[in-house]
Formats: sequence, structure tokens, C-alpha cells
Amino acid sequence: MTVPVIELQDVIRKYDAGPPALQQVSLSIAAGEAVAILGPSGSGKSTLLNLVAGLDRPTSGTVTVDGVRVDELGEAASARYRRAKVGMVFQFFNLLDDLTVADNVMLPAQLAGMARGAAQRRAKELLGTLGVYRHAGAYPGRLSGGERQRVSVARALMNRPALLLADEPTGALDTASGEDVRQLLNDLHSDGQTIVLVTHDLALAEACATRTVQLVDGRVAADTTMAPAR
Amino acid sequence: MSALGRVVRSGVGRRRVQTIVIGLVVLIAVTSAVLGGSLLVAANAPFERAFAQQHGAHLTAQFDGGKITAAQLSDSAQAAGVTAAAGPFQTASINPVDDHGRDIPPMTVVGRADPSGSSVDAVSLTAGRWATAPGELVVYSDGRFRGNQRTLGRVWQMPDLPGSPSLTIVGIARSVSETAGGWVAPEQIAALTAPGAAGGYQMLYRFAAADNAAQVDTGRAAVAATLPAGALTGATSWLTTRLNAAGNTILLVPILIAFGVLGVLMAVLIVGNVIAGAVSTGTRRIGILKALGFTPTQVVRAYLAQALIPALVGAGLGVVAGSALTIPILAETNQIFGTSDSGVAPWVCAVVLAGALALVAATAWAAASRAGRLRTVDALAVGRTPTPGRGQWAARLTGRLPLPRPLTLGLAHPFARPVRSATMVAAIAFGAAAVTFAVGLGASLNQIQAADDNHGHVVVHPGPPPPGEPGAEGGTTSVQPIKPIDPAAVAKVITAQAGTAGYSGSAQTEVTVAGLANALDTLAFTGDKSAYGYRMVSGTWFTGPGEIVVATPFLTATHTRIGDSVVLTDHGTQITVRIVGEVFNTENRGMELLTALATLSAAEPDLQPMEYNVVLRPGVDPGGYAAALTVALEPLAVSAQPVESGTSSLLAVINALTALFTLLLGIVAALGVLNTVVLETRERVHDLGVHKALGMTPRQTIAMVIASVVVTGLVGGAVGAPIGVLLQRLVLGDMGRTAGFNLPDSVVHVYRPAELVLFGLGGLLIAVLGSLLPAGWAAGTRTATALRTE
Repeated sequence: MTVPVIELQDVIRKYDAGPPALQQVSLSIAAGEAVAILGPSGSGKSTLLNLVAGLDRPTSGTVTVDGVRVDELGEAASARYRRAKVGMVFQFFNLLDDLTVADNVMLPAQLAGMARGAAQRRAKELLGTLGVYRHAGAYPGRLSGGERQRVSVARALMNRPALLLADEPTGALDTASGEDVRQLLNDLHSDGQTIVLVTHDLALAEACATRTVQLVDGRVAADTTMAPAR
Repeated sequence: MSALGRVVRSGVGRRRVQTIVIGLVVLIAVTSAVLGGSLLVAANAPFERAFAQQHGAHLTAQFDGGKITAAQLSDSAQAAGVTAAAGPFQTASINPVDDHGRDIPPMTVVGRADPSGSSVDAVSLTAGRWATAPGELVVYSDGRFRGNQRTLGRVWQMPDLPGSPSLTIVGIARSVSETAGGWVAPEQIAALTAPGAAGGYQMLYRFAAADNAAQVDTGRAAVAATLPAGALTGATSWLTTRLNAAGNTILLVPILIAFGVLGVLMAVLIVGNVIAGAVSTGTRRIGILKALGFTPTQVVRAYLAQALIPALVGAGLGVVAGSALTIPILAETNQIFGTSDSGVAPWVCAVVLAGALALVAATAWAAASRAGRLRTVDALAVGRTPTPGRGQWAARLTGRLPLPRPLTLGLAHPFARPVRSATMVAAIAFGAAAVTFAVGLGASLNQIQAADDNHGHVVVHPGPPPPGEPGAEGGTTSVQPIKPIDPAAVAKVITAQAGTAGYSGSAQTEVTVAGLANALDTLAFTGDKSAYGYRMVSGTWFTGPGEIVVATPFLTATHTRIGDSVVLTDHGTQITVRIVGEVFNTENRGMELLTALATLSAAEPDLQPMEYNVVLRPGVDPGGYAAALTVALEPLAVSAQPVESGTSSLLAVINALTALFTLLLGIVAALGVLNTVVLETRERVHDLGVHKALGMTPRQTIAMVIASVVVTGLVGGAVGAPIGVLLQRLVLGDMGRTAGFNLPDSVVHVYRPAELVLFGLGGLLIAVLGSLLPAGWAAGTRTATALRTE
């Protein structure tokens, strides 16, 4: 059996008021899988993603990613974990407006201590692969939504993470750009990248994911393995 | 509570750091202003009142009776600018001894028939009656000899005058213009004038304009122009007298004004910055308030009140603190005038309070008016997202620096908000200026203290050493009669002692100078190191008899300069001496003459040193040297002690005040930085979340935030340190002028280049200290929360 990259066991996440965001969630994701987390607003999708990314800690239960107990990490260790293991793609890109495209992409590597020259070479390679190298010296504000999300994906892949987490990656894009990003994620998965995708977009899930996990009120309502992505 | 009140209350409550910063900076500014204002008013007010009541003389002029007649002097009252005059009064310089044979300080007596009959210098009797007949004397109450009720009836003799005339003290009087040491009936003067001496005249003038030295000099020149050349032998300006009357407290005023100005500028800067920042970060809130129906005026008033509430508290506490500090400092002035003023003028407090609040209101209004002008739709749309695009060039540039990425990211931050960064630079600059100024001022004042104290390493006195000193006899408390010193023998022993580099012997006496009512202390030196420890302002040290060295107040009081000759009267003998140097010497408020012993030997053949200051060779221990010298001097009944320097109480007060205000201004500067960095961090909280999501550790976050203030800290320090130096020069110069002294270079130029670099780096320290708290806050911000913040 394939060793799981992500393993959540009996995870509960409660906030100050209201019902728990996640209740007794257990989930295992294998390397190379592309998993779409689906569910209505408030179902706990983003909370789950944050726990896997080490941005948040469970109230109880364990979160293990690539052998690392993420739920036990302190702030500094979480940051180092994210650098090494996780690449993140956001709905609204979260590119830094005062840095050029190339500088945005290089940032995770530079935070990890990579020399500027080496980071530049890696960024050039990624931007070339993703088709946005011509924008390397531009600022994000001048790019279209699709181009920005490509830059965001390039940044996420900069440190060759074991896991790519994407939070509504097409949520802020027009149809054409959304299709563009969908294809990009498909290509990455084809190349063996493990992807966890949070989305409302069933079409995106069907196009990119090999498995869907349906969350309702913080619980796993369904866990479906799908036919291989087209 | 009204809707506006609720908005204001929530604004004050939510922005605690900013509220504290405004309150504290206003507190400092108001404390300085109340203290400075109260001291200024209280130091001058008693003199001003008395001067007005007595129709004080703007110029007290002394004339050579051999070169001018009484009629000519009477005509001088018609000189241009003279509005009133009294005199001519005949004068004489006397050297009395009391009925026990003890010397009384020499004094100038004036023949005046009536104390208050003239239109100038209406002398007020404080005890007894006026001198109406020969043989009677009225003594000035605050002169070198302090007359009081008990001195009435005492008889003084003048043994150096033919027939040893005597005077009975019949009255004590006060002349705020200090026109004489004593007054006699006019017909008495002839008997008090030494044989062959021409005698002198005194004229008292009031001028139409005499508010400053230039105006008094103009009046003096106008009077002199109507009279024969050389007739005017001396003159004293009322400004000099007022300066002496004000006491040392007046010296604090320039320092307090400097700190007050720094405080006010920082208050304007920080209040403006805080309110502008509040408007900037609260744009969305402003949009919501307007959408809910707040008018632009109401919005402006809300932000104005957020500044005025803490400012009012700070100003109130500042008035209390300033008043509390004023009272003990003014104790000295009260002693001088015998007054019991609390020293706190209510109108000063009222003016300062009103001025501070008006300033805060104006500054806050200027910053808050933007909130009123913001269009509701824009405010709602823009929210708190900073305008992108600014500072991109800096980010690109710093990104190429061979430094860790968090540092290069932080270094670019100030360029994204240039105006805000400029205000932070200004706050840091003021803090660095305050530190530089305070340290320089302290060093200068210590130099002044050293100039007063240090005229040798070991001092030699007649008699045995005091108990506890090396060579002292244990348990001996009986007072031994002091034998006269054998100067030649003492000098020989000192010179022969191993470790001696040189010595000076000093004899103290008193002489009178034409135009000055009181006798002057005079130090007459022997030895080769008489100049040791004295700081020359200009000219040279005396090299032989007939030359004197004086301090600025003497030159001012006598209207003389280096190269001029003056006539001294010593025990009835007139000695013409030449002024060869101006020295920084605060003894007797600068009214002390320094000369060679040989200058006075004709007038006082018995004058001999009563104290020796020994200068040691480098590396010689003063304690061991003094013990050995005491043993060697024992047969001569003379002993030696190492010189110990003390700190004057005024210097201690100045140092304490300077340290206090520097600390407070430093704290305020750091709080100004803190406030700005908090604003920056709040505005960048989303970017912060992105950085953290990409793997920025808390330590890297702290490094980035601290790096964001490095440039502003360095620039602020680089700007502030020279301002501090400039301020030190200005304040020190002003203190010198206020005290009536020109200052030597060693007192003014106290900064070494390496120290200036350190003071410049002080700006960086202030910036880093101010950024630590928000840096910690940024590092502790939860990434998920920060990412959700828009």
C-alpha cells in the first residue's frame, strides 16, 4: 500500500464560538494523488487546508504530512515546514505588489536561504515552463488574472514541495483563465505532484482530481475515488 | 452618549499606543514650557518691580574729578536719549576697619543729601535713617558688607586716611541699581578722599531706550560725547545689575527653552503623524461612518477629539509637573530677594496650557481634515489597502543587496510611504538631537566645573592637615593658631619635592575699580604655574607686574577690552594696570582680578600667598605626594592635601533636568517610531501573512520589521546629531551671554568625531527600540488570520 503523504486522525478544530469547524475528521492522502475538497461555504474546507499547511493547529487530533507531525510544530518550525514541504496557491493570488514577478517567485527559496543566483535560475525555469517568463521583470498589477495565478503556481513550486495546496485557484478568474489554470494543475498532477485542492467548482474537481472529499458541517460526508483525470 | 461621543471613545480606546504617545509628548512639552516660563518670570520679576519703584538707573557712571566739573556733568543730563538724571554726586573709595580692628571690604561711598529726592535711584531705607551730617554713614544692604539692624551704631575708621576719620553707621539702605557701597553726607566726601587724589563724581542716567546692551551703549556714548575725553572712568549698565540679581536660576532658562522647543516640535510632528495614520488606517471606517450619515465636520471633530483628549490630560499633568519642579529650583531666587514667591505664575500656566492645546488642535485638524474630504464611495472602496506601486524601485534595488531576503524586504519598506517615513526620520532626529545636546551640554558644564576647581593637583595651606587627611594627628580637635607662611621657604620645599612639575602661590585681597560700587576680589600670584587650570577666552596670561587677567563680566561692567588700562585703588594707592587677557573664571560671578603678586606689592607690601597649588608630573599619585610634602613642610607649619573636585548644586540640578528631559524625549521618539511601525505593520498585515505562508519564520519576521526602520534610524541619527551639536552651541552661547561670560573653546567644542558617530547611531538605537514591540507583534500574528485581513 502507498505510504500516505497526508494523514489526519480524529481532527477537531473549534473556534471560540459556534460549532466546531472540523469534527472528528480522519483522512489519508497518498503521494501523487490529486484530491479535491468540496463542500458548501462554512463546511470546513479552508480550515482543513490551513491545518495541512501548518497555518493553524487542531484543537485535538493529529496532522502528519510527509512524516512531519504538523500539529506539534511551533511557529518557526511551521514556517520551515511550509518552505520545505508545501507550496500554496491562493484564490486571490497573494502576490506582493511591490515585488516583480521574478522576485515574488524567488521569495520562498530566498527565505529558505538559497543564493540569489540559484533562485534566479530556478525561477526562470519555472516561469518558462508556465509560460510567463516574459513578465519576469513586471509587477503583478500589470498581469491578467490567469497570468497572476500562473505566477502564483510558479512561486508555490519554487522549493519543489511534496505537496501543492490550492485554495479556490480559479475562484477569481474568468472562464478562459480558469480553464488555463485547470490545465496547468492537470499537467502538474500528471508529472506526479501531489495536490490538495479546495474548491466549490465541481468542474475543476472533475478535471483535476483523482479523488473528492465532501465536507458537510465539518465532517467528511463522502470520499470518492474518481476515474483518472483526463 | 451621542453617536459622535461613542466614535471618539472607541477611537481613543482602540488606539492606546497613539493615545499614550500624544499624552506623553504634550506632557513633556508643557512641563518644559511651564518650568522655563516660570523661571524666566520669577527670576526677573522681583528686580523689575523694585527697579520700577526706585526709578532705577539704566547707567551708573563714574567720572574723574580731575578732568571734569560738576557743572559739565549737570549738562550731560541733556544728552540725546537721556530722560532723567541724578547727580553729580561726589564719590570716594574707602578701606574701613571696624571697631574691633577687622578689615571691612573696600567700598565706594557716594555723597548724597537725600535718599529718594532725585528722579533716578530713589534709594529705600530699610533700617535707621539717612546720613545728614559728617561722620555718618548709610550702608548698602546687599553689598560685600551686608548691613543689617545690628550693624546700626557701629563705628568704622579709615586708618589709611589723614586723621583716621571715623563713620558711624546710622542707616541701612537698598539701591536696586547698586549705585554705592555706602552713602554719606556730601560734605563728608572731602575727608574721605586720599591726599593728592582728584576724587570722583557719580552720575545716574535713565534712557528713553535701554532694553538691551546696544541701547544702553548708545546712551552711554551719547553721554560721553557731551563730556571731555577720558573723564568717564567707568560705568555699570542696569542689565549687568539685573543679571546678577537674577541669580543662577536664569541659567536654566536656555536649557528649558531648548527642551521646550524640541518637545513642541515633537508634539506637532507626532500628533500630526498619529492622526494622519489614524485617518489612513481608518479609511474604511471613515467611509462607513459617512455612509451612516456622519457629516464631514463630524468626522473631523471625531479625529480632533481623539487627539485633544490625551493632549488635555498630558497638558494638565505637564502644568502640575512643571509647577512642582519650579518651586524647589526657585528657592535660590527667593533667598536672594527675601521673597516668598511660590514661583508659579498662574498666567504662565494658563498661556502654556492654552498654547499647547491650540497647537495640538491645529496640527490634528490639519491631519484630520483629509478624513472630512474623503469621498464616501472611495473610502469604502479603498479600505485599508495601501496604494500599490510606491517604493517598487527601492524593493528592486534592495533585492539585489547581498543580504538575507527578510532584511532586504524590510529595507525597502520606508520608501513605500515616503511622507510617513519622513516624519519618523524627524522624530528620530529630534530624539538623537536631544541625546547629543544633553551629552554635549553635560560635558560643557563639567568643563566649566573643572575650570572652576582644578588649579593644581595638590593644595598647600597654612596649619596642620584636617583630620582624616594624610599627616593629620588623630583625635586632635583643638584649634591651633595659624602662623604666617614663609613664602620663600615653602616655595623651596615644594620645588625640591620629587614629582613637582610647578606651583602657584596665591594671595587674596580686594581692590576697587572706578565705576564699580563694590570692591573686587583679587588673586595675586607667585610661581610658574599660575595659569594652570584657567581657560583663556582671548588674549594671554599675565607675564609680569602691571598686567591683569579678567573675566567677561568685568570687561562688560567696566566697558573695557583687552589692551585697555584701568586704575585700581588698593589701600588708598592707585595702580594703573593693563588688561592682557580674558579668562573664563566664574569666581565671584566673574568679578575677580588675576594678577602677579608684584603688581600689588607697592600698595600692600605685606601681601603674601596663603595658598599654594602644586601641579604634579604625569603619573604622580596626588595622595602619596601630599603626604610626603606634608612631612617635608611640617617645620614650616604648612600642610598639603590632594585637590578634590565637587559638583555644584546648580550643576547637579542642570544635569538632573537634562537627563530627565533627554530620557523623556528619547522615549517619545521611540514611541513615535513604535506608532509608525504599528501603523505600517497593520497596513502590511496581509503581506505579512503571505510572507509567513511562504515560509518566513518569526525570527525572519522580526528581522524584516527591524530592518524596515534601519534606514530611517540612520538618516534620523545623521540629521539629529548635528542638530544636537548646533543646539548645544546655541544654548551654551545663550547661557554664556545670560550669565555674562564668553566661553573658551574647551567648554564649547566638547564633541569628538567618534562620539558624533555614536550619537548618529543613537538614532538607529531609538528606531530599533521603537520597532521591537510591533516586530514581536508581527512575528506573533497568526498567518491564517493575517491572510484573511484585507
